[in-house]
Amino acid sequence: MAYRSPVALAVVLACSLSAQCGQATEGPEFTVYAPDYFASEWGPGPGIEAGFENTCGCDLQFMTGDVLPRILMEGERTRADVVIGLNTDQTARARETGLFAPHGQDVATLTLPIEWTDEIFLPFNWSETAFVYDETRLPDPPDSFQALLDAPDDLKIVIQDPRASVSGLALLLWVTAVFGEDAEQAWEKLAPKVLTVTKDWSESYGLFTRGEADMVLSYTTSPAYHIVAEDDRTKHAAIFPEGHYFMVELVARLKGSDQPDLAQQFMNYVLSPDFQGMIAEGNWSYPARLPADQLPQAFRDLPRPQKTFFYPEEQAEALRQPALDAWLRAFAG
Amino acid sequence: MATGVRRLIPRRWSGPVAGEIPGGGAGAVVAGFLAVLILGTLAAVAWTARGLSGLGPWDLRAIWFTLWQAALSASLSAALAVPVARALARRSFAGRGALILLLGAPFILPVIVAIMGLVEIFGRQGLVNAALQAVGLPRFSIYGWQGVVLAHVFFNIPLAVRLILQGWQGIPGERIRLAESLGFSPRDIGRHLERPMLREVLPGVWLVIFMVCLTSFAVALTLGGGPRATTVELAIYQAFRFDFDLGRAATLGLVQVAISLGAILLAARVTLPPGFGAGMGGGAALRGPAGWRVGADVAAIALAAAFLIGPMAAVILPGLPALGALPADVWTAAARSLLMALGSAALTLVLSVALALALDRGRNRWIEIAGMLPLVASPLVLGTGIYLLVREWVRPETLALPVTVLINAIMALPFALRALIPAARTVQADYGRLAASLGLRRWARLRVLTLPRLARPLGFAGGLAAALAMGDLGVITLFADSDRTTLPMQLYLLMGRYRMQDAAGAAVLLMAISLALFWIFDRLGRRLGGSDDDA
Repeated sequence: MAYRSPVALAVVLACSLSAQCGQATEGPEFTVYAPDYFASEWGPGPGIEAGFENTCGCDLQFMTGDVLPRILMEGERTRADVVIGLNTDQTARARETGLFAPHGQDVATLTLPIEWTDEIFLPFNWSETAFVYDETRLPDPPDSFQALLDAPDDLKIVIQDPRASVSGLALLLWVTAVFGEDAEQAWEKLAPKVLTVTKDWSESYGLFTRGEADMVLSYTTSPAYHIVAEDDRTKHAAIFPEGHYFMVELVARLKGSDQPDLAQQFMNYVLSPDFQGMIAEGNWSYPARLPADQLPQAFRDLPRPQKTFFYPEEQAEALRQPALDAWLRAFAG
Repeated sequence: MATGVRRLIPRRWSGPVAGEIPGGGAGAVVAGFLAVLILGTLAAVAWTARGLSGLGPWDLRAIWFTLWQAALSASLSAALAVPVARALARRSFAGRGALILLLGAPFILPVIVAIMGLVEIFGRQGLVNAALQAVGLPRFSIYGWQGVVLAHVFFNIPLAVRLILQGWQGIPGERIRLAESLGFSPRDIGRHLERPMLREVLPGVWLVIFMVCLTSFAVALTLGGGPRATTVELAIYQAFRFDFDLGRAATLGLVQVAISLGAILLAARVTLPPGFGAGMGGGAALRGPAGWRVGADVAAIALAAAFLIGPMAAVILPGLPALGALPADVWTAAARSLLMALGSAALTLVLSVALALALDRGRNRWIEIAGMLPLVASPLVLGTGIYLLVREWVRPETLALPVTVLINAIMALPFALRALIPAARTVQADYGRLAASLGLRRWARLRVLTLPRLARPLGFAGGLAAALAMGDLGVITLFADSDRTTLPMQLYLLMGRYRMQDAAGAAVLLMAISLALFWIFDRLGRRLGGSDDDA
């Protein structure tokens, strides 16, 4: 867009330094820590903020950044009432702090491919790790994880660093789940096909869309974006019969919140049809509680893996370091 | 910015009336503030972690990789810059000034934009590999240590060319005329004029590039190819993010500072004064030799232009169509970034003038090292340290913008000082006595004498600071809330939401604003400084 008058531009300049412009929300402040992608204009954050403020009589404020490191630094003194966007690899350390309170929701009604019993951390959306490819560039993709390992080394993939990104860590657990004892050999076969290892998913995906790599470590739900937003049906997630690793994003309320009622109300809101209805095309993943027939058509049409792996917290925590060491040995040894 | 790095040599003459300059005391205050800020934040992180932690084998490998890639990048950048700078120094042609400006651009390019451009040219699908394949040569992979070094050379050749070019222009005109009247061949000129000049300039050039590469982060992340190319700064990030090991982060931050201080001392030892003696200033340009050297100079300039301008063009072309359709939030973020960049530039100028004038007074070695400190500080440690220090008193997110402005101002300081100090010394040497005899003191002296004389380096420094601040993603991500994003943040957010086309448009916008800021400041400095020639 373009600013048509100098006055409009001046208003924008003045507003740009303050966050208060154009906000008229009244009521007590309710603080939600969230990853920046979640709260940005391009994520579900703004819709969720408006939806919750309609009923809560409060002023919901997203604070963005690395959610868990910040909570760990702040400890008891945190101002967060609720945190959103934690991942399963972080729950062990988050739980250890004792800062979180039970979510009080009925998890039996969740629409996840795995069983969920956690009383503290509540899923709000999920997907699975998958390698995404473009059929115009890769007409004959590997049809199993083993086939990917056996593919010629000029098939290039980009992945994320498990030490810096959640999806990279999920890949570690995925390979461990599929290959078990033979994980290290699997890495050795995969390593020559890895073009580069990026910090974030977004850099990997950028390299993939620019045509640098044939496949990218992403999610089973990624093709839905291209179908819905770009009407592009050439991007697919390669579905492997060995199974895919479960990725879930979680929300939790803080025990020490000075707005316990609002926090509880927010937890109820997370599983409401209003919130859940914003997830698919807001966060490009499956909502945690929404019957399949209520999903947008593009999501209903996505191929589903037959098998979804998930390591419970303690097991994942125990596997993390040995799996990382094996990965490091294969890639840098 | 007559002699870029001469400040590494102990001062030879210190004016009898130097104390009259305002800023002497202020400089010490600024230097003290820098030292406290950079070492204090490191201490805050270590203190929160209850001490430093030991390093693992992977950390040691990261340190080793960081050292050799920085050394190699610095050596290559400096070596490749010499023929380019010489060609630019001794040839004159239409558009030379514009070309020098453009060749300087990669240094102020936001890292993420530069990586996009480099991938377009040197990536698997890039032009270079297409050309190699067409002639049947093996392909070049940008992913791996060679990609990290390539990117660092791309970023830093501009700086090296600029500084070395100034070295050439700093050879007193008297010496050049003498050489001409003695009928020196190009080889004689090389031996008697150019080599002593390079002996003085190159160690400083090498040092500053080495230090820039030492704290490199984003480059190694995308182009490194994997864990083999882990830098110390990347290890710090992982210590924060993955292990939440503040102690290890602090240890690594300390290692980074120690390496840099070692490099500063080393460079100071190998730097030799050229011994030209003073000249009248204002000089003769070298006359370019004829023969095959014309071809060599043309080739050096053409290759440098292709290498440096190609990736920038590769970002502009695909991004331009998306520019018109950018979402409103991106424009708002751009406006915010622009204001913040101007704030950072203003702050950099105030701080660097105070430091440069204090340095001018003589043996203040510690002030000089404090001025270099920002180059060695880990932005992550700095940001986290500030966060830990202020959170007791204020809500960190209210400080997101001021802290970012401050940190960006400080990060640009070493480069600003590089431009200002030699000029400040010249003013003192040339006009110090006159000013004293006229009774010009303090603010009057600053206003009438010092600032007008420093206008050109000030413009250059301000432009550099504004452009670097514009492109910095840095610490704001530690503090930000979603209502106050900067343009580089928006770029990342768009990429994080699959919106690669919008991200390409935002990259063009970011690059355009950065370059325009630099150009306007630089131009303004020249206008006010009363001369319009190059560099």
